Amino acid sequence: MGNIVMSADDVRRAITRISHEILERQQGADKLVIVGLQRGGAWLADAIGTAINQIEPQAGVPVGYIDVSMHRDDIGLRPVVPGAISRISFAVDGSTVVLVDDVLFTGRTVRAALEGINAYGRPRAVQLAVLIDRGHRELPIRPDYVGKNLPTHIDDDVRATEAGVVITNQVAP
Amino acid sequence: MKHLRSIDELGHDGLVRLLNLTQHMVEVNRRPIPKVPALRGRTVVSLFFEDSTRTRLSFETAAKRLSADTMTFSVSTSSVNKGESLRDTVETITDMGVDAFVIRHKSTGTPWQISEWTTASVVNAGDGWHQHPTQALVDCFTVREALGVERFDGLTLTIVGDIKHSRVARSNISAFSMLGAKVVLVAPPTLLPPDVAHWPVEVSNRLDDVLARTDILYMLRLQSERMAQGHVPNLREYAELFGLDAKRVAKLPTRAVVMHPGPMNRGVEMLVDPSTLPNSLIHQQVSNGVAVRMAVLFDLLAGESSAANLQQVTP
Repeated sequence: MGNIVMSADDVRRAITRISHEILERQQGADKLVIVGLQRGGAWLADAIGTAINQIEPQAGVPVGYIDVSMHRDDIGLRPVVPGAISRISFAVDGSTVVLVDDVLFTGRTVRAALEGINAYGRPRAVQLAVLIDRGHRELPIRPDYVGKNLPTHIDDDVRATEAGVVITNQVAP
Repeated sequence: MKHLRSIDELGHDGLVRLLNLTQHMVEVNRRPIPKVPALRGRTVVSLFFEDSTRTRLSFETAAKRLSADTMTFSVSTSSVNKGESLRDTVETITDMGVDAFVIRHKSTGTPWQISEWTTASVVNAGDGWHQHPTQALVDCFTVREALGVERFDGLTLTIVGDIKHSRVARSNISAFSMLGAKVVLVAPPTLLPPDVAHWPVEVSNRLDDVLARTDILYMLRLQSERMAQGHVPNLREYAELFGLDAKRVAKLPTRAVVMHPGPMNRGVEMLVDPSTLPNSLIHQQVSNGVAVRMAVLFDLLAGESSAANLQQVTP
């Protein structure tokens, strides 16, 4: 059994706060686009996009999704099975892209996403929003917006959904 | 699966996996920069002992869009002209360090033979009259996209023309049957293979009889040398009996689609300008070719099928 570290209400409040922080940092929603990482970040990108468009009703901030499996650095080390298909139907050139993922761990997925997003154009800036930062980074990558910092063991399993965040320790009972 | 040599070897699950993977590759090809680093450091060699435009170019484009290195072997300028055997050629190329051979050869079974001589993956790009699995993948994917269905249950595929000498027909009969389609073959008796009775198909010698219940009309190319070999009395008679003209187009159900693997013989099997057909998928067949071959190369060299090829490493 896992420990619940965030309830559904906690997740909802974190999403609202992150959305406000994004708008505050950008001083508005001009040329702002949200890109969720398939698959875990897709629901969170939707939630942040919805929240931002409620806060700034005129903004019309678009939400896209990127599958990074073909940009991963472990291709050839293990079989890579792409998840859901990328969907970015807006121009990325000159925009501020906020990459969104549920859990930030080694940073390798984010590195792949940084590379992947360049195939769609040259953003003015790329930022990173995550619901959980669980540590154990293997690359120099740092999130701009964090729902909760969660110290974990490297073997722990962290599941983040709209219903809450659950951590399961695989080692100790 | 280390090789893609025939549709039957691929099987139903492999077929569906590659068709789903193709959807990812279609999206990659739509990006402003349609290139991903997935196969960086891998080398794909194309070994074509028969002429080809679309298959060879689409394999090479596919490899490049996945960032693989490509080598092209052109028979006319190679040591094959000095008498080097196929085996020595394959072993020489293998020694240079390649990950996949894409091979087209006039003899049935060459891809199986080559896979005995090399540690690399082998992709069959056409062996004699036998198999052309990537063309069948292209055709299944094209129909899936055009009709918006994942399976072909209740659909009738009518293949018209030189079935006997057609690797495209053999691969397509397997692939479309696997996905649930009913297959009808239409050809003069001389252009049907002798063992057709054992195939999961219905056979007709009259195109006009089957048009009304056809959902997918697949016209094969009639090679002109078939006339010299006595399989058809003359091309005009063949065109009259088996060519697609305006009268026959009118007999098709309105939602039926028309396909052709190319290169087309206008005035023989194709008597109408295909660009005037309401539901021609011929252009989509070519444009989907690159994405399908990207999916095949990715699956063999980096995807699920690559598990057997990968060295053991700690995660």
